[in-house]
Amino acid sequence: MTALAPPSRLAANVMEFARVLRRSGLPVGPGKTLAAVEAAAWVGPQRRDDFRAALAATLLDRAEQRPLFDQAFRYFWRDPKLMERAMQRLLPRTPGPLARPDDEAPAANRLAQALAAPREHAAAPEPAGPIELDAALSFSAAEVLQAKDFETMSLDELAQAKRMLRMLHLPLPRVPARRYARHRAGRQLDVRTTLRQSIKFGGEWLIQYKRVRRTRPSVLVVLCDISGSMARYSRMLLHFVHAVAAERGRVHAFTFATRLTNITRALRHRDVDQALDEVSRVVRDWSGGTRIGACLDEFNRHWARRLLGQGAVVLVVSDGLDCGAGPQLDEAMARLRASCRRIVWLNPLLRFAGFEPKAAGIRAMLPYVDIFLPAHNITSLIELAHALAAEPAPRLHRAHYPIRKRRLHDGDDRRATHSGPTGNDVAGAQRPRNTESLHPGL
Amino acid sequence: MLPDCVDATATLLARADYVADRALATVVFLGLRMGRPLFLEGEAGVGKTELAKVLAQALDRRLVRLQCYEGLDLAAAVYEWDYSRQMMEIRMAEAAGVTSREALAADIFSARFLLRRPLLQAIDFSGPDAPVLLIDELDRADEPFEAFLLELLSDFQVSVPELGVFKAPSPPIVIITSNRTREIHDAVKRRCLYHWIDYPDAQRELEILRRKAPAAAAALARQVVAFVQALRGRELFKNPGVAETIDWCNAVVALDRMQLDPRIVDDTLGALLKYQDDVARIRGAEAERLLAQVMANAGGA
Repeated sequence: MTALAPPSRLAANVMEFARVLRRSGLPVGPGKTLAAVEAAAWVGPQRRDDFRAALAATLLDRAEQRPLFDQAFRYFWRDPKLMERAMQRLLPRTPGPLARPDDEAPAANRLAQALAAPREHAAAPEPAGPIELDAALSFSAAEVLQAKDFETMSLDELAQAKRMLRMLHLPLPRVPARRYARHRAGRQLDVRTTLRQSIKFGGEWLIQYKRVRRTRPSVLVVLCDISGSMARYSRMLLHFVHAVAAERGRVHAFTFATRLTNITRALRHRDVDQALDEVSRVVRDWSGGTRIGACLDEFNRHWARRLLGQGAVVLVVSDGLDCGAGPQLDEAMARLRASCRRIVWLNPLLRFAGFEPKAAGIRAMLPYVDIFLPAHNITSLIELAHALAAEPAPRLHRAHYPIRKRRLHDGDDRRATHSGPTGNDVAGAQRPRNTESLHPGL
Repeated sequence: MLPDCVDATATLLARADYVADRALATVVFLGLRMGRPLFLEGEAGVGKTELAKVLAQALDRRLVRLQCYEGLDLAAAVYEWDYSRQMMEIRMAEAAGVTSREALAADIFSARFLLRRPLLQAIDFSGPDAPVLLIDELDRADEPFEAFLLELLSDFQVSVPELGVFKAPSPPIVIITSNRTREIHDAVKRRCLYHWIDYPDAQRELEILRRKAPAAAAALARQVVAFVQALRGRELFKNPGVAETIDWCNAVVALDRMQLDPRIVDDTLGALLKYQDDVARIRGAEAERLLAQVMANAGGA
């Protein structure tokens, strides 16, 4: 505390409340706290709802924080008994393996922990020690590793594979942006620069400056299945997603098993281990069952309109083994397809040569997928990079839409346009011509 | 001039036909009093933009609106030089035999040739009161623009290299809206008061209809509101907003109906639902069922 006048009782309480919120994980900094104190002074504690609105407006910055806030508000500002009860929740008990998707309970737990914690935990220590540069990985070793299935890798190999994944680039299609950049070979006159420069020569247009339209990579949305059957792969793929997200801004990532979780924020940590720690903290349905249809439907309703507006590419990472496939999945896929530029499905099951889409979930999803690829080793991810770099054929009406990337027989395919098995040569058909420039930086 | 308590703010908004709930009135009051921008989020059609318009009207201030879009740049948001007139000026100076480069530069880069875009208008205003600045759908602009906005929102000044610094004599009333197509950076939010505007409850929506669609009979308005409220619980791809409710109510009135029936609902559903799969889901049996439910409730009440 500084030498200022001692804060009023109300101000002190508001500050204490802000501290409680911070301990329960809301990003409440001193700036927000000061604003809350000021707002509280303006509104006064006479009307409870006004007071609550004032604190909410100053201390929160997204709608999702509201339930936790409301609960904290109830505990803190009304009933000291409730507060006590919250503390009692902290008595040691064994955590259940699966948290129920209940809105109230987890928030209450977080709150209870926050109320009891005397101090904030110190930040996790930086991983110490120099990072070993791996010169030992000879070319051939790298090659072997690339082809190896994630599931059969040893811990060491996994670590190496992670390092390789970090270096993968994902060349997404670029879409024109609205802005221009100065460029020698541009077609349009950059009037502003030309004129500014012409002043030097007394208003004579000696040099003309040109400009071109900028482009930006399209938005990438990753939907990663983390159900039990996908456990190994999804962890590796999250590494991959983190690498892609770090490289370029517009990546949104979700995990799903029994419910959909947005992990975009968690992946923002620069350090991949910290980021994945954060992810596992946020995600509550690791290795559970799968409800693809319900999760995709939730994505469509809550996120699709917000994220898929700008020529987005959707990457679905899943084995398609859904416990409850039904018309819902079909509907959700149709809607998803209608709202994005391309759907890429990465399916680790494709590694089996004789893979046939028997599962109802897979058969429901396939007709809507633009590119269908395996995702069980690094080579397959490199293949993904190639497929994304290829200029997409214009999408036709669904009924006439040619099969693109398939490594399966079509006997049970619903569409009539496709005839004869595609065999194993599909990968070649999709590969872009100029492979040289597109080769990922491995 | 500015309201001095939450009640006064609520009255002020109500007088301008904006039916705000108590929390929103509180936030508006705080925004005005603390001189902080309001950051409003919410589904499309819950009245985020409308609030700015109403506030400008109620406080008798000018409304300056900046509609954000992808690729919004300084030239469109803050200022631009009027090149063609500058060119002409140069030619005329040549013809008149002006030789001093300094004088020429000073002349053509003067305020006369400056095209003021919304942000500069909001800062460099004439008249006693600062305008209401509406920065609409900030989520559509790109991140660099946010960074610029950050600077603007903290000191309300803009520097034009050729001309100097413009500083607002008093800070404008800033309202930022977002549809959450992406997350706005925390730093921007930190400078603002945050409020999530939800769909109104039945009572408030009825009040809104009473004001915005006065031609509708009370019974019809009640049915419309009950139907829309029931529809919002249906897990649609896009829930109807308040604007859609008003449109729909007006549509039914325009067809000279005094109350809803299944046919009229089917015929006018396009005013309410804007996605084909939503329409397909609701039209017909589902609409009939909802309507029966609404009527039963109305009869019971």
